[in-house]
Amino acid sequence: MSDPSVVEDGGVNATPAPNSTTLKKFYHDMLLIRRFEEKAGQLYGMGLIGGFCHLYIGQEAVVVGMQNALLPGDQIITAYRDHGHMLATGMDPKGVMAELTGRAAGYSKGKGGSMHMFSAETHFYGGHGIVGAQVPLGTGLAFANKYKENGAVTLAYMGEGAANQGQVYESFNMAKLWNLPVIYVVENNRYAMGTSVERASAQPDFYKRGESFNVPGVSVDGMDVEAVFEAGRKALEFVRGGNGPMILEMKTYRYRGHSMSDPAKYRTRDEVQSVRDRKDPIDQFGKKLVDRNLASEADLKVIDKEIRLVVNEAAEFAIEAPEPDASELYTDVLA
Amino acid sequence: MPAMTMIQALNSALDVMLAKDPDVLVFGEDIGYFGGVFRVTEGLQKKHGQTRCFDSPIGEAGLVAAAIGMGAYGLRPVVEIQFADYIYPAYDQIVSEAARIRYRSAGEFHVPLTIRTPYGGGIYGGQTHSQSPEALFTHVTGLKTVIPSNPYDAKGLLISAIEDDDPVIFLEPKRLYNGPFDGHHDKAVTPWAKHKASEVPEGHYAVPLGKAATARAGSAVTVLTYGTMVHVAIAAAEETGIDAEVVDLRTLMPVDIDAIVRSVQKTGRCVVAHEATLTSGFGAELCALVQEHCFWHLEAPIQRVAGWDTPYPHAFEWDYFPGPKRLADGLKRALEN
Repeated sequence: MSDPSVVEDGGVNATPAPNSTTLKKFYHDMLLIRRFEEKAGQLYGMGLIGGFCHLYIGQEAVVVGMQNALLPGDQIITAYRDHGHMLATGMDPKGVMAELTGRAAGYSKGKGGSMHMFSAETHFYGGHGIVGAQVPLGTGLAFANKYKENGAVTLAYMGEGAANQGQVYESFNMAKLWNLPVIYVVENNRYAMGTSVERASAQPDFYKRGESFNVPGVSVDGMDVEAVFEAGRKALEFVRGGNGPMILEMKTYRYRGHSMSDPAKYRTRDEVQSVRDRKDPIDQFGKKLVDRNLASEADLKVIDKEIRLVVNEAAEFAIEAPEPDASELYTDVLA
Repeated sequence: MPAMTMIQALNSALDVMLAKDPDVLVFGEDIGYFGGVFRVTEGLQKKHGQTRCFDSPIGEAGLVAAAIGMGAYGLRPVVEIQFADYIYPAYDQIVSEAARIRYRSAGEFHVPLTIRTPYGGGIYGGQTHSQSPEALFTHVTGLKTVIPSNPYDAKGLLISAIEDDDPVIFLEPKRLYNGPFDGHHDKAVTPWAKHKASEVPEGHYAVPLGKAATARAGSAVTVLTYGTMVHVAIAAAEETGIDAEVVDLRTLMPVDIDAIVRSVQKTGRCVVAHEATLTSGFGAELCALVQEHCFWHLEAPIQRVAGWDTPYPHAFEWDYFPGPKRLADGLKRALEN
C-alpha cells in the first residue's frame, strides 16, 4: 500500500494548489454558511422553521476545505447537520432555506425538511436523518463510480458518534475489499448530541478506526481550512489513484446545541467560548488573509455585507414562498 | 399525590424499578450523563450509579443485541431507542432473537427485555423522526407491544413491562410527553397537571398488560385507538356531540379482545383510529377482529381514520396527522347507515 502522506503535486487529475482567489473563496464560503446558519437559528426562534434544525456553526472549515479540493463530478453524502454541505456544493440558499420553512420552492418541495434534501445537479446525495445510515450509501455511490470508471470520488461524511455504528465497519470492509474510491470524513466535534467522545468511544482516535481493514487514516485540524484543503487534496489524489478508501478525521467543534432544544448541560459555556476565542475557523483565517496581504479588513467587510444580502434574500424568499399544494402529499410516493 | 407529566411518570417507573430490582439496567444513547433527549432518564445515573444506568455508543443493532444477551442470561434490561425511527437497524435482533429465543430454546431461555422508544408525529420531525411503526411489532409473534396515553398508565404499564418475562416494545407517544395533545395544534396544549391521569403515586404500582381502558364512556359508536389518538378521539366526540365510547387499548399485543367486543356489541358501530399509515396498519387487524367477533352486531361498515399512505411529510404535518376533524368525519361516516 502506498503512503498517502507522500503523495506529491502534479498528478493529471489532481486538485491545483490554492492561489489568492481560491483562498478568498474559502473565506467567502465559510462565512456564507455561518451567516446562513445564524439566520436559520433566528427563523427557528421566530417559529418559521419547525422540528429539527442542526446548525453547522463552528465546523465550517471542514466542509469548505474538502469541497474546494474536489474535482467536478465528485459526490458528497452526509447526515442531518447538512446545511453547510449543501451550500458548499453550490445549492441555492433560497431553496435550502425554503425547505427549512416547508415551502414548495424548497429542494424537496417542503416535504423533506432540514435533514432530508438532495441535489443531483451539485452531486449532493443528502441529507439523511438516521445516524450512520449514509455511510454504506456513500460506499455504494463509490462502487457505482468505480464500475462506471468515471474517475469520481465520493466523500461520505459522518459525525464521530455515527462512527460507532456497525454499518460503518461493514462499509470500511467492503470499500477496501473492492478498492472503492471513497473518503470517509469523520467530523469529530467531540459531542454526539450530549455524549462526549470519552463516554462512548473505546478508540477515540477515529482516523485509526480503519486499521483492521487496512484503510489508512489521517488526523486533521478541522478548524483550519487550509489544513483541511491540503489533507483533502492529498487524500483525493491517493484515492483517485486507485489506492482504495481513506479516512480523514477532522478535529472540529460545534458551538450551538445538537439541534434547537439542547439543554447544553454536557459542557461549560467557558469551554465553548474558549474554542471560539482561540480556534474560530473564520476569524483565524480572516486574520491570516490580512496578515499575508491577500485581503484587507475592508475587503472582508465587503464580503460579509454581500453575504448578508444573499442570506436575507434567502430568508425573505423562504418566508414569502407558498406552501406546497395539498395535492403534493401523494406525489413521489411511487413511480 | 404529585402531578406528573408523562416524562416524570416514566422517569419515576424507571427509578422505582432500579431501586427495587438489582437486575434492572437502563441504558441507551445519551440516556446516562445527559439524561435523554426527552429527559425521561434525567437524574437516574446520578442516583443509581453508572453500572445501573449508562450511555451506549450509537449503534442500535449492537445495543439491542447486547440487551438481549443480558436478558437471556438473567438480567432485566430496559433500553431506550432515541426515536422509534431509529429502531430498524435492531429489527433483525428484535424479530429473530428477542422474540424467538423462548420458542427456539423450548422455554429454556427467555428475554425479559423492555425497549422504550418515542414514536409519532406532531413535532415537525419529518420522515425520520415522526413514524408510528407499531404494526411492525404487533405482527411479530413473541413480542408484546404497549402504548400508554397518560402519565398514570405510562408508569404502571412501564413497570409491568419491565416485570414481564417477555420482550416488550414500549412505544411512547412523544407528543403526549408534556400534555394531553388533542390534535388542535393551533392551540396551546393543556398541561398534564390539569388532567386527572397526572395523579401518579410515587411508589410501585402496576397497570396490567393486555387490558384496555375506557377513556370516554358512550353509546353511539366505539372508537378503538391508542396513544395520542385517544385524546384526539375524545376531542372529536366532545366537539361533534356524538356520544362515542373511546376505548384506549393500552396494550396492542396481546390485545384486550373482551373489551373490544363488549363495547362494539353495545354500540353496534366502530371507528378504528391511529397515526400510522392506513394500509396494513394495526387498524386492519382491529377491523378483522371486530368483523370476526361482532359481525351480527354491526349496523354499519367499520371506519378507519389513519395517516395517509405516504412518508411523513415535513410540510404537511397537520394534513398528515389525523386530527379531530378527520376523526369527526369518521364518526359521522360510522353513523350514516
